[in-house]
Amino acid sequence: MARIKSVADLEKLRTEILARRESERPSITLCSGSACHATGCGPVAAAIEQELKKQGLGDKVDFRRTGCHGFCEQGPIAVIQPEGICYLRVKPEDVPEIVSETIVNGKRVERLLYADPATSEKIAREAEIPFYRHQQRLILGQNREIDPKSLEDYLAVGGFQALSRALFELTPEQVVDEVKRANLRGRGGAGFPTGVKWEFTRRAPGELKYVVVNCDEGDPGAYMDRSLMEGNPYAVIEGLMIGAYAIGASEGYVYVRQEYPLAVSNLEAALAKLEKYGLLGKKILGSGFDFTVRVHRGAGAFICGEETSLIKSLEGLPGEPKPRPPFPAVRGLWNRPTNINNVETWANIPLIINRGAEFFNSIGTEGSKGTKIFSLVGKVNNTGLVEVAMGATLRDIIYKIGGGIPGGKKFKAVQTGGPSGGCIPESLLDTAVDFDELTRAGAMMGSGGMIVMDEDTCLVDLARYFLGFLSDESCGKCTPCREGIRQMLRILTDITRGQGQEDDLERLQELAETTRYASLCALGKTAPNPVLSTLNHFREEYEAHIREKRCPALACRELIAYHIDPEKCRACGACLRQCPAEAIDGGKKRIHVIDQDRCTRCGACLEACPEAFGAVSKLSGQPVPEPLPEEKRCIG
Amino acid sequence: MDIGTIDQIIDRHQGEAGSLIQVLLEIQSKNNWLPHEALVRVSERLNVPMSRIRHITTFYKTFSLVPRGRHEVHVCMGTACHVRGAERILDTVREVTGVGPGETDPELNFSVETVNCLGCCALGPVMVVDGQYHGNVDTAETAKVLKNCTCK
Repeated sequence: MARIKSVADLEKLRTEILARRESERPSITLCSGSACHATGCGPVAAAIEQELKKQGLGDKVDFRRTGCHGFCEQGPIAVIQPEGICYLRVKPEDVPEIVSETIVNGKRVERLLYADPATSEKIAREAEIPFYRHQQRLILGQNREIDPKSLEDYLAVGGFQALSRALFELTPEQVVDEVKRANLRGRGGAGFPTGVKWEFTRRAPGELKYVVVNCDEGDPGAYMDRSLMEGNPYAVIEGLMIGAYAIGASEGYVYVRQEYPLAVSNLEAALAKLEKYGLLGKKILGSGFDFTVRVHRGAGAFICGEETSLIKSLEGLPGEPKPRPPFPAVRGLWNRPTNINNVETWANIPLIINRGAEFFNSIGTEGSKGTKIFSLVGKVNNTGLVEVAMGATLRDIIYKIGGGIPGGKKFKAVQTGGPSGGCIPESLLDTAVDFDELTRAGAMMGSGGMIVMDEDTCLVDLARYFLGFLSDESCGKCTPCREGIRQMLRILTDITRGQGQEDDLERLQELAETTRYASLCALGKTAPNPVLSTLNHFREEYEAHIREKRCPALACRELIAYHIDPEKCRACGACLRQCPAEAIDGGKKRIHVIDQDRCTRCGACLEACPEAFGAVSKLSGQPVPEPLPEEKRCIG
Repeated sequence: MDIGTIDQIIDRHQGEAGSLIQVLLEIQSKNNWLPHEALVRVSERLNVPMSRIRHITTFYKTFSLVPRGRHEVHVCMGTACHVRGAERILDTVREVTGVGPGETDPELNFSVETVNCLGCCALGPVMVVDGQYHGNVDTAETAKVLKNCTCK
């Protein structure tokens, strides 16, 4: 590939790439996002390469390792084109059959296809699998067509067309105006109108301005930014370049969590390629636009997702927030105007410039336009990344796409918005998901984490978990946040240990309100949300913990006991062997008994007891039955 | 860690004070932890006071000022992992390694850390041992993976 010095060069190269690609040529696409790495895509990729070589198909079949396809629960995922056949949970030993049967003979390997859990019907094509069928994957969809290390792949799907349109057909003001008219709202959580933010920075006085990608993604339970950055870094960079042109910035930074090593390496590889081919640097595409990008790895602080803290971190300082105003748009990095947007926000920009504000406005609800990627995780059958038009209901996302709750358990709540968000009960499942509706439901959009919980999740414990997280992550600069969170955590911990007092709920409410009003930044201001939303929707759980010393979900360790039902115990020894505390007494043909004083409530016995017996159960708020006398413990 | 390697890292970042965090991250990725003499060298070369370096290295969770074990165990405590039983995985890690989060055993076999989210939320609970991801782990698999480490 030669350096790309003009739009003509870019389009000539694109034409050449597309001409080289035969549309009917078979190809294997293997998802190689982080989740699929965890489920073993590496050995599968090696097996595919080896098998293609072995069967002499190395130059007849394209093999591409891509970023995340989204259906992480079923990874590693291989898609065979041109038919679009989707194989799930592929193992290295499946590969010879996939190549021989599907690639060579055009037959399907039935056992690797998706099976509808209700009807057991096999579904071959990716687009027909319910998980994908109900989505609108405008942003995430490109992931499965692109090897993140291949600039050619990105150009083949229309990459940098939006940039060339912006540079040569639109003035910077027109680009800002297009983004404003598209009504794109920031995908990092606050939902601030992106075009308006750009305009502030554009109008701010100063020669040197910066644009920044926020890929700190500290929200535990959300990973869409990671998947975009790993799977399609070019789209994020293209969005950033368009933003820089519109704002008048010549330098960009990408702030990535160091916990995302694959995102960092794919991003750095993409930037190196763009520099090599002249798409970054001086006079990009022959225009007067100069732009460079630097990567900054975060060092493990949740607060750095907050923009003023992120700026501090970029400057090599501890990530402590500053009061606003002045906003970063006026005085940001090195005291110069700085525009910070989330990864997903930047990834939406090429789409808006390519297809126009009207198209973008045609998707979504009155106040929230476009699509949103959610990470649908927790107690749901189909975990993964889900991209839907704003306005889809929680019920549709959880049941139509997510396939409902596993193990026949009952849905209890869905938590959205991360530590700043809230829990939504079953009665509000028909809430349309957009910025305003979720806020009305007592939660928030946040960056798109959607954690589903079933009857086994204790909501008091969940509130305690979030407060523990935030207490750890509070930078400590302001007292209301540092001390308010700590005291709320202390009260919640007492409640989950059965040491709650009658007036605790009142005190929690007071602390929550003070912390919310008096904290310096959004971490403290939103920290009480998990407490307030669970108090609002699940108050009876708090009351059970305090008044009856009972955990209705049977989850809080200090409030439960494990018990072996003598009627059901078959003295098989499974629980005895697994107990790490040696708290189980029993023997061959001798009913097992748990010594409650030694038991650590780890639950290993419950896991170990064969389903057919179901002898181990959890109890809470009631006394544990006395063990049988020794003479009655023998099994005939 | 030799001065030459530290200087090379600092030179790569053009000796800018603003690159302090990046320099420390690189030193740690090479050396696994941040020895005092490395911090002194960084302080001299970047012209940054030692007090600020101490502030940085204690503010950000990634940095370790003590040697780490041969095997690094990271247990994800993100929300998705939490609701799927991450707490019990951490208990098992404690039992098998004998150390809790933020600790290293005296023989330098294991360093255990909790991570607020590893970004593999669909596979919770998740544990990473020596860079190898283990998704949907249960207590038995956790113990097995860790015991295999000690056999190596």
